Amino acid sequence: MDFQLTDDQRALRAGVRELLERRFGRERLRAAVDPPRDAGAESGEGSCVLDRALWRELGEAGFFALRLPEARGGVGLGLPEAVLAFEEAGRVLLPGPLVATHLAAGEVPGAATGECVVAAVDGALVEWLDTADVVRGDVTGAVALRSADPLTPLHRVPRAAPPDPVAALLTAAEQLGSAARTCELAVQHARTREQFGQPIGAFQAVKHLCSEMLVRVELTRAAVYGASVTGDPLDIAAAGLLADEAAERGARDCLQVHGGMGFTWESDVHLHLKRAWSRARRGQGAAAAEEALAEELAAAAAEPGR
Amino acid sequence: MDLSYTAEEEEFRARLRQWLAKTLPGLPPKPSPDDWPGRRAYDLGWQRTLYDAGYAGLHWPADAGGRGATPTQHLIFLEETEKAGAPYVGANFVGLLHAGPTIAAEGSAEQRARWLPPVLRGQEVWCQGFSEPDAGSDLAALRTRARRDGDDYVVNGSKIWTSHAEVADWCELLVRTDPEAPKHRGISWLAMPMDAPGITVRPLRTLAGSTEFAEVFLDDVRVPVANRVGQENDGWRVTMVTLSFERGTAFVGEVVACRRVLDELAREARKNGRWDDTPLRRRLGRLNAEFRALWRLTQWNVSESQRTGGVPGVGGSVFKLRYSQARQELYDAAAEVLGPEALDLGREWTTDRLSSLSYTIAAGTSQIQRNIVAERILGLPKGR
Ligand SMILES: Cc1cc2nc3c(=O)[nH]c(=O)nc-3n(C[C@H](O)[C@H](O)[C@H](O)COP(=O)(O)OP(=O)(O)OC[C@H]3O[C@@H](n4cnc5c(N)ncnc54)[C@H](O)[C@@H]3O)c2cc1C
Repeated sequence: MDFQLTDDQRALRAGVRELLERRFGRERLRAAVDPPRDAGAESGEGSCVLDRALWRELGEAGFFALRLPEARGGVGLGLPEAVLAFEEAGRVLLPGPLVATHLAAGEVPGAATGECVVAAVDGALVEWLDTADVVRGDVTGAVALRSADPLTPLHRVPRAAPPDPVAALLTAAEQLGSAARTCELAVQHARTREQFGQPIGAFQAVKHLCSEMLVRVELTRAAVYGASVTGDPLDIAAAGLLADEAAERGARDCLQVHGGMGFTWESDVHLHLKRAWSRARRGQGAAAAEEALAEELAAAAAEPGR
Repeated sequence: MDLSYTAEEEEFRARLRQWLAKTLPGLPPKPSPDDWPGRRAYDLGWQRTLYDAGYAGLHWPADAGGRGATPTQHLIFLEETEKAGAPYVGANFVGLLHAGPTIAAEGSAEQRARWLPPVLRGQEVWCQGFSEPDAGSDLAALRTRARRDGDDYVVNGSKIWTSHAEVADWCELLVRTDPEAPKHRGISWLAMPMDAPGITVRPLRTLAGSTEFAEVFLDDVRVPVANRVGQENDGWRVTMVTLSFERGTAFVGEVVACRRVLDELAREARKNGRWDDTPLRRRLGRLNAEFRALWRLTQWNVSESQRTGGVPGVGGSVFKLRYSQARQELYDAAAEVLGPEALDLGREWTTDRLSSLSYTIAAGTSQIQRNIVAERILGLPKGR
């Protein structure tokens, strides 16, 4: 057993981080949130415009074809590597139907290369329905929402899709990246913002918020990476529960550490919180995950001799 | 990232399982919770059994009499013994999990030869004399004095919350050897024989009704200077080594135990009808997620220490914070499953629930752990 990142995995993570920093840094994020007045008008989705050039670049970098066998033009890597890539996407709040397109690679022509944007029903919602070239799942009766997450256009559908464990795991990885990022943002702010003649991070009330954020991140990381290695649906369900908690609570606590600044549109904190909320709506939901994990206990309890 | 075990590791597991299946049925019955001499004998007996079978001090370095096993093998050992319901380290906790490893890391050759073998062979029990009535979280504020007199230190002061003091042979004792030095500088780490004249042990009753810890009064107790581990006045550094062992590996087996308790909770709930209570059932499901994740975090930390070698890092604080909280939530859920019987001291879960209250206090309170995480991992400024 060696449950640590391999050198190749570290290199992959560094590579994805570098690409995303270069292509979707903070200014790009803010430009996507607040586009010039008329740019988003014809897209039909408020201000949401998908950067197709970036999508293709992600495709070239192998983001979508990561798990596709080399014989079929993919990178031939596994779930652990996909999880690392999606964690990075979650850190920077990369918008777009990333999970759906990734899952479509090898099945929908053009998905692997990023030529084709694929959306899918996940839970009772579809993200980026109007933008996508291909939509998977039953979207009859889809109704547009005024999405609370400014970078994720949403439709609700009457018939929820059956849960897909891989989609749930990649979503958990994005939540993990977001939780790690809000912890960093909180710590940066706590180190520099001064009140009562000292950095607010010297106050225990603030310090303890930050350390609890880190504890949630580290526990979630172990759960998400572990699930990516085993691929076990219950490991994934557990990782999803912890990841949703880490991302939502992390963003809330980060907002608190930022004080009034945290409640402004200018701060990035709300973008993390809103995305964490929309991601938490994907998949089967907390109740079903908890029931599945409870069921496992009951099964173990029923088994004689344990 | 690899969660699979090597062929050697699997073989080690298989042999251990076989040995446990053969050995456990022959063990003597467990003594009652308050019979400390009986528990000492029982725990030492189990240690001796492990020693004879070659399983003692698995994670200790070979040159300290241990087996020099990899952290992964130690993990397998803790997992399998816990799963099989083998006895816990019990009174051997301090000796095996932190005093011993500290002496192995910091002691001289003579000190290692004197103190380590009896711990491994199940002959001597250690206790930890760190906390004092006025120095708990602020450990370095300790006041117990050790004045040099020839080849001895003469020790005066008192210690508190000393677990197993009543039945211990040795105490890892922190004393102030230089009262003029800054707080953290004038401390030394001594091995004190518990039968030395001048030591009075007064058991304290815990809220669970047991007498597992005690107050220890030290009145002109003579401790040979040769019993000092590390340099004079360098005891704080040695203490940090001890504490990292305490937080690093000490709780690993218990995660497995909690998972077993969860299965039993489900069994009980199905028997008494509480399983139909949806919020309760979901709560158990969430606890399952929690303990699965804690087990992964354990594997992560163990792999990390295997890579870096040596003393476990501050990651132990991250684990301890979440684990101590989860353990309390587990027994609160148990109380929900039990219903009115949760107040029956005849139920094991009731007493376990009471003892779980100590987890956020002992070995550094949650508040102190949060300070450690914030200052040493996140780099936030120290408070005033
Ligand atoms: C079951 C049990 C077994 C034990 N066994 C041993 C043993 O064998 N040997 C031994 O030496 N000790 C032992 N201890 C002692 C244990 O290490 C101390 O109880 C612990 O370190 C806390 O110290 P204290 O009890 O003096 O509490 P205090 O330090 O007085 O703390 C009281 C409260 O104040 C908070 N607090 C204190 N300082 C701060 C701060 N800087 N910031 C925020 N909050 C703060 C604490 O978190 C706590 O909530 C044991 C304790 C228990 C409960």
